[in-house]
Amino acid sequence: MTRHLHILFLLITLSFSYALKANSELQNPVHSDSAATHEELSVTDRVVEHIMNHVADANVNHLGTIKEEGKEDHHITIELPCILYRKATENQAGKWSFFMSSKFHHGHEAYEGYKLDEHTGRVVDANTGTRDTFYDLSITKNVFNMLLGFIILSIIFFTIKSAYVKRQGQAPKGIQAFFEPIIVFLIDDIAKPNLGDKYEKYLPYLLCVFFFILINNLLGLVPFLGSINSSGNISFTMVLATCSLLLINISGNKHYWQHIFAMPGVPKWALAILTPVEIMGVILKPAVLMLRLFGNITGGHITVLAVVGLIFIMGEYATKMSGATAGTLISFPILLFVNAIELFVAFLQAYIFTLLTGIFIGAAIEEHHH
Amino acid sequence: MNAIGIGLAAITAGIGIGLIGSYAVQAIARQPEATNDIRGAMILTAALVEGVAIIGMILSFLAK
Repeated sequence: MTRHLHILFLLITLSFSYALKANSELQNPVHSDSAATHEELSVTDRVVEHIMNHVADANVNHLGTIKEEGKEDHHITIELPCILYRKATENQAGKWSFFMSSKFHHGHEAYEGYKLDEHTGRVVDANTGTRDTFYDLSITKNVFNMLLGFIILSIIFFTIKSAYVKRQGQAPKGIQAFFEPIIVFLIDDIAKPNLGDKYEKYLPYLLCVFFFILINNLLGLVPFLGSINSSGNISFTMVLATCSLLLINISGNKHYWQHIFAMPGVPKWALAILTPVEIMGVILKPAVLMLRLFGNITGGHITVLAVVGLIFIMGEYATKMSGATAGTLISFPILLFVNAIELFVAFLQAYIFTLLTGIFIGAAIEEHHH
Repeated sequence: MNAIGIGLAAITAGIGIGLIGSYAVQAIARQPEATNDIRGAMILTAALVEGVAIIGMILSFLAK
């Protein structure tokens, strides 16, 4: 029973953090990007803008804003380093800039010809207001999340490793006992059935991909850490899918290539259709891996924030307070449910990515006996 | 139009995943000892179906 209460409490904290952040950013009317028009956006548009800014990358990890009457807004942020390279023009040579995003004072000041767009949280050129005059190699909030995940994983796995060395032949204990069933599950359920007796060669990659996706998915759900959507970023998933693509095709044996270019036992005329389809399949399989992870995680974040946005939309269209109360009563149970689903999806998507990579590698190294 | 596209993708994937789930539950009821194999196959197929829905969703975002 207490366990259930813990989980419920966790989910409530999680949902609450989303609502708080949305609240701080949606209360004051946000003007559209083109400041000249000063067009006031409707509450629905503001919710959509907030969601899109949350899902996209940013140069500063904005956790929330404290607003008080008669005082300046207090922003709570994790400042991140900016690494920028201004492109060379006719008058000016290219120039590197290294500084922390705190130099921008939350979009109020320009620094070295750059400024921070307050709504999107991205660095823009102070003169033109666009992003095409420089290269942005900064540690953005997605990179921050990935590095955090990397550090946590390193600590966990070096601890486990030393535990296995120290406690050889004994029962696992502590964090080692928590991770051993997961790793054994991955070996028994993904590696061994798909890869046969060569599984040890590919196991490091599979474990790496599984835990890296998992930790990024879970960090995206941690309350009061920005809930950064790093594994729902298409570049993130593309890199992982490219690694899988390379591993599948490099480890492919001659049967694998024969089945792509000249499927045995198929009439010659059919090969004209089949071979292009198979060649497309080589790229499509990892491409779908990429899109699946991207779509699921981004979709999850959008769903959660859309349900939060319901509070503000109902508050605006009904009379302010009663509408918001009704919206909260409706959306909070939905929010708890969606968050629970998201926790499940975080594990499921890591598992699916690993499973499909395992199956594709298994199909590529399979020995045929005709 | 985007919303209609997302809706259609969700409907088709919903039908697909519903069928997968229903047959998987039937199969488990008939052969409870094969539960683990059936569950694995079910998750895999559901992921493939859902991939189609997600491609539909992304394309409908792109086609503005």
